[in-house]
Amino acid sequence: MNADEKSWSQLTPDEKLEQRWKAFVEAPIDFVSPEAEAAYRARATRLQKATLLQGTPDRVPVTPLTHYYPGRSQGLTPYEAMTDYQRAADAWLQSNLDLQPDAMMGPLFAAIPARAYEILDVKIMSWPGHGAPMEGGFQYNETEWMHADEYDLLMDDPTDFFLHVYMPRVAGGLEGLAGLVSPQDMIEIVTGPAYWMRWASPEVQESLEKLAAAGREAQAWGGAMFPMLGRMVAEGFPGPVGAMSKAPFDILSDTLRGTRGLIMDMFNQPDTVLEACDRLVSFAVKWVTRRATPHSPPCVFIPLHKGADGFMSDEQFKTFYWPSLRKVMLGLIEEGFVPCPFAEGGYNDRLEVIRDLPPGRTAWHFDRTDMRRAKEAMGGIACIEGNVPPSLLNLGTPDEVTAYCRDLIEAVAPGGGFILDGGSVIDEAKVENMHAMVRAAHEYGVY
Amino acid sequence: MAHELVDALVGMRQKDALRIVEEMLDRGEDPQSVLDLGQEAMQIVGDKFEEGSFFLPELMMSGEMLKMVAAIIKPRLAEQATEKAKIGTVVLGTVRGDIHDIGKDIVGFVLDMNGFKVVDLGINVAEEAFVEAVKEHQPQVLALSGFLSLAFDSMKSTVDQVRAAGFDPKVIIGGGQIDDTVRAYTSADAYGGDAMAAVAFAKQTAGVS
Repeated sequence: MNADEKSWSQLTPDEKLEQRWKAFVEAPIDFVSPEAEAAYRARATRLQKATLLQGTPDRVPVTPLTHYYPGRSQGLTPYEAMTDYQRAADAWLQSNLDLQPDAMMGPLFAAIPARAYEILDVKIMSWPGHGAPMEGGFQYNETEWMHADEYDLLMDDPTDFFLHVYMPRVAGGLEGLAGLVSPQDMIEIVTGPAYWMRWASPEVQESLEKLAAAGREAQAWGGAMFPMLGRMVAEGFPGPVGAMSKAPFDILSDTLRGTRGLIMDMFNQPDTVLEACDRLVSFAVKWVTRRATPHSPPCVFIPLHKGADGFMSDEQFKTFYWPSLRKVMLGLIEEGFVPCPFAEGGYNDRLEVIRDLPPGRTAWHFDRTDMRRAKEAMGGIACIEGNVPPSLLNLGTPDEVTAYCRDLIEAVAPGGGFILDGGSVIDEAKVENMHAMVRAAHEYGVY
Repeated sequence: MAHELVDALVGMRQKDALRIVEEMLDRGEDPQSVLDLGQEAMQIVGDKFEEGSFFLPELMMSGEMLKMVAAIIKPRLAEQATEKAKIGTVVLGTVRGDIHDIGKDIVGFVLDMNGFKVVDLGINVAEEAFVEAVKEHQPQVLALSGFLSLAFDSMKSTVDQVRAAGFDPKVIIGGGQIDDTVRAYTSADAYGGDAMAAVAFAKQTAGVS
């Protein structure tokens, strides 16, 4: 029986991976032109070969990971990108058409709908006009949203905790949900009425109305964004990343306990932290796999934060950060996905540890890591991506960008397994510098 | 042998440290000498951080523990308690438009441990507020923090306005994307890749080794 004849659940991880990439590269899309189709197929194939270490592609792919750059390049401030959905969608499309990257520069982590956040009175984030300046993007407010003595609540029933404890804290509009309890209370149906009563309280009703209003606002936003995403693919820009996940330690640190809180927990209740990291492994894997289909894009974006050089010792990295992150990645690989960690900051001290992964199944985007060392350590194990400094793209000249890219390509592209990109997420950059980066891949990256 | 309080603090044992502090005070020991032991521990933590055997977690943890110890002791401290002389003054803040504070807080903490008076203006600090603080405190060093690319312009205008107002503290900048390209753009005197770089710069500027 070959892979085509087996049901999805019977496939091996490698067969699933192959199917996902096949669906991605050969996607039956109504392209805008034969040229767009040719561009899409060539780009998708290029990305596949580089990502999976399948020898050398025709040239080095160049896939700028952007934040507000596409909007800014078309004259939109982040505030405008978050409030005028159709203008934002048009701007992102135009920016892709103008730059011609090998993977689409997507809007979904930048041009988010400000009004939906306003309706819900979200507190864990500040955004333009709402605690952050108009010309800047959104920023997170990190604090102890989960208390030090609430690990048991989290581990016992994450959904109950997130819906009824966490969300009421991080969004004023959802405070009413604190009056709800686990639906366990109505499973023995005779006890249902006491549970149902809670839903009729004015506080719960108010939060439900706000949630519905935010949902309608998000629909209006999606009505502008999703057709544009389809159009971008039809124009020839593949979107290899279809989902995101996170390192369990970062879920605890960024989202729940805050850096300070979690660091204190590392010393005051280390076993609990480790247990929670382990508990969050399946949570982080299912975040991606729960709604996945065989046609889901193969790459999973995993931004990494608190494990960078300097944030903790090697020993702490090996104890607290890496084991559960590795399990998340293996869980995704098991389902035929390619985890794509984005290692913000430096990862020079971590290279020897993160090599412990199945070859050709992950792609690492590095920021301030020494790319030559990364190539040495990860060569034959993982595709590496990066690392044109954002300061250079923002403040440098096209010649300087070209020189950096050429040097980088010559150093780490030989043999394949390299994707040219900015170091960190590109927020502000000169348009001519972005073009210089893309041109460098065409001029110096041909194999 | 180090005092058991110093051991507990350097060993990152919060419960033990607080218990020992309470016991010492109950025994009638001089609150100032208890606080001095806390400072002694912080010095060891700082040294270990500098030599690379301690990292951010130990630095933040010990800082939090010291705050707790100080909170217990401060109400009992005699009024005549004097602060140690400082070796210099640093005005510190995250620049306009940027609300990131982790890096800034670490820099402030490490500078404080190393004997500097640190005037921390907080986050999203306007240029005018920096100018005012520089005027009031006459620091040797102005330390500007920022994580976002929009911070490049805020840093530049802060440096420009401080100098236009006639002040000339040495300026160091730092944060996720900060490198020499940004240093040149902002015309800062230096950039720091980590907290120790800020300490080395401040010490050099203040003329101490």
